[in-house]
Amino acid sequence: MKYVDEFRDGDKARAIASQICQEAQPGKTYNLMEFCGGHTHAIFRYGIPDLLPDNVNLIHGPGCPVCVLPIGRLDMAVDLARRPEVILCTYGDMLRVPGSGRVSLMKVRAEGTDVRMLYSPADALTLARENPDKQVVFFAIGFETTTPPTAVVVEQAAKLGLKNFSVFSNHVLTPAAMHAILNTPEAGSGELKVDGFIGPAHVSTVIGSDPYQVFPERYGKPVVIAGFEPLDVLQAILMLIRQLNDGRCQVENEFTRAVTSSGNLKARALVDKVFELRKSFEWRGLGAIPESALQLRPEYADYDAEKRFALEQKEGRENKACECPSILRGVKNPRDCPLFGDPCTPDNPLGSCMVSSEGACAAYYSYGRYKENRIAVEEVQP
Amino acid sequence: MSNLNIARGRVEMVHGSGGRAMSDLIQQLFAGAFDNQWLAQGNDQARFDLPPGQVVMATDSHVVSPLFFPGGDIGSLSVHGTINDVVMSGARPCFLSAGFILEEGFPLADLKRIVDSMAAASKEAGVPIVTGDTKVVERGKGDGVFINTTGVGVVPEGLVLSGDQARPGDAILVSGHIGDHGVCILSLRESLGFESEIQSDSQSLHTLVSAMVAEVPDIRCLRDPTRGGLANTLNELAHQSAVGMQLFEKDIPVRAQVRAACEFLGLDPLYVANEGKLIAICPQSEAERLLAVMRAHPQGQDAAIIGRVVEDEHRFVQMETAFGGNRMVDWLNGEQLPRIC
Amino acid sequence: MCLAIPVRIEALIDDERAMADIGGVRKEINIALVEDVAVGDYVILHVGYALNKLDPEEAARTLALFGELEQLQATQESAQ
Repeated sequence: MKYVDEFRDGDKARAIASQICQEAQPGKTYNLMEFCGGHTHAIFRYGIPDLLPDNVNLIHGPGCPVCVLPIGRLDMAVDLARRPEVILCTYGDMLRVPGSGRVSLMKVRAEGTDVRMLYSPADALTLARENPDKQVVFFAIGFETTTPPTAVVVEQAAKLGLKNFSVFSNHVLTPAAMHAILNTPEAGSGELKVDGFIGPAHVSTVIGSDPYQVFPERYGKPVVIAGFEPLDVLQAILMLIRQLNDGRCQVENEFTRAVTSSGNLKARALVDKVFELRKSFEWRGLGAIPESALQLRPEYADYDAEKRFALEQKEGRENKACECPSILRGVKNPRDCPLFGDPCTPDNPLGSCMVSSEGACAAYYSYGRYKENRIAVEEVQP
Repeated sequence: MSNLNIARGRVEMVHGSGGRAMSDLIQQLFAGAFDNQWLAQGNDQARFDLPPGQVVMATDSHVVSPLFFPGGDIGSLSVHGTINDVVMSGARPCFLSAGFILEEGFPLADLKRIVDSMAAASKEAGVPIVTGDTKVVERGKGDGVFINTTGVGVVPEGLVLSGDQARPGDAILVSGHIGDHGVCILSLRESLGFESEIQSDSQSLHTLVSAMVAEVPDIRCLRDPTRGGLANTLNELAHQSAVGMQLFEKDIPVRAQVRAACEFLGLDPLYVANEGKLIAICPQSEAERLLAVMRAHPQGQDAAIIGRVVEDEHRFVQMETAFGGNRMVDWLNGEQLPRIC
Repeated sequence: MCLAIPVRIEALIDDERAMADIGGVRKEINIALVEDVAVGDYVILHVGYALNKLDPEEAARTLALFGELEQLQATQESAQ
């Protein structure tokens, strides 16, 4: 696969890793927050921590839209699904996340409600056209990467004058979350140490690199936007280490093949046309963050599920012992959670960090358990 | 005997009620296709002798959707699947039974297509379907057709292949490319809507297995990585044998198209279903010989040694990535789902 | 974040749709969010939509950078 395989070359990876080991100064720690869940996934899938020196720490940030969705919003989706006239459409990622009372959309489907997994929001539109006597609701989640496709679909629904299609919008914004992390009490007290950010890949193709300028300028934290592949992530780590060593503090772009300073203007314009900022939105783990999420503009009220079904904001019931909020803020390690591993496992997830394939807990459960039991590869001859 | 309208007819409740209509269905559709002395006798059971050796029995129920796919259908799948379960013990497959649960309204033309496909698979494998059963459920209570097949075979004296036999130091082999069947099925789901030339790899593996056990009778175990894929099957074996495993990603054969399809759906080929592949674990000293025998056989041309059994009280399956790092190959609970994140 | 993959545009269907290829697998995708898409272009695909074009020159430049590091390492290693 072109533009994929070349960026996964093992030899080049070792070369970059070697360079990282050379340039990371002993006695100095580099705490780098990888913001994007897709990066978390790549890091564990390719065993990147194995290649890094001990003084480079990767902290998992809240860049996983599944993990940061408050339980109350999921409960609202569950309620929608339970209405007999509704077909609730969701991405696969959300199906197994447990809401209040451990009820997930998958469980609700087993009850007999009509919950459909889709790959693309276009499928929801097709479903609406094929089922005129049903109300099709699209449970929209995601950061800025996923929002433009939702906008396209809402525009199309409006053009078609569909009467049975609406969107339950839970789209959230990346820079707002980065601000929130840097403004947590733990960041203030020094409990959370973040020296720099590995910026998200695909969000940045849409929003561009400009929105990150505020982080060096206001907080003194460098940002390197990294591509999605392991070589990209390693290179970005190297670039951050170099900035920190040089005392520089800038936004740098490693993912130049897909990210420009202004991003995708057409996509941004469409999102702007269809969506507006919510005054405030509750994030799991980060609390209420102002201007951090999107809702449909009044002109598109017909397609807003919250208006159509007069949905009331629900207070979700978090499991009291679940440490997802602290883990999402980067201040606790999955192993610090009393539920981690028993009873909370990927088979029996009690919180979103364990369900989502890029949640810190799910990643630690696989990777962390193995790390304690590291079999030296040298012992086994291929 | 009334004539079934195979071209346009549908299954009706009466076809399952034990009367003349059911007898006609069996005669015209099933017995005609499967065509052997046991069915011709027309009894409720089949009586046969088995060659010497220990008797092995396996059963499988098939609920695949869609019913028809490139490379096979629920019928051929049900024959190959059960034959494979039997031969993974090292046994020679001898006979099959087939039970059908038909949904009222299911088109007879589709049923005939499925039955003919089973007949062809059975004939090619040389394993006759000697007894069967048919039931009909009301419309809405079945997914068109469910099939159960049970197989019996005999394993020669002294051959003991079992999932608890793997020992540290053993070699792990796979008979060919993984992920074909699962990706083929997914490509047919409308919402995922991608086109590819990937075909299901559904096939009976008994001749491959008999060549393998003839050459290397010390094989510890064989298993076919069906639902849950290579990864889950290896985890099962690791647990059964109380060992760990170390795999090498660069040695695991995956077709480029399967890899590409998995990339854009966010799936890992290690967890995708296979229907015509097997995993073999054998003593390290025999690995090259076993590999050569597999590669010499048309069903094992792309066979490869993919890893080693190791000591591990945690029974982890781990893999050195093509990238050079190491990762867990965990035992999944449910299915992988396509993801956006 | 976001699972997205570079795919090659094989054919344009209309203003909004194109046929894309990734490693031999073909899929119809929506190109409404990207301007001036041509056959042969590579785009980043996410949930069935093209989000941006890939710049082949920048890609080559990035790869060359990795290659240089690899060279540098090899030289250092052989010097030891």
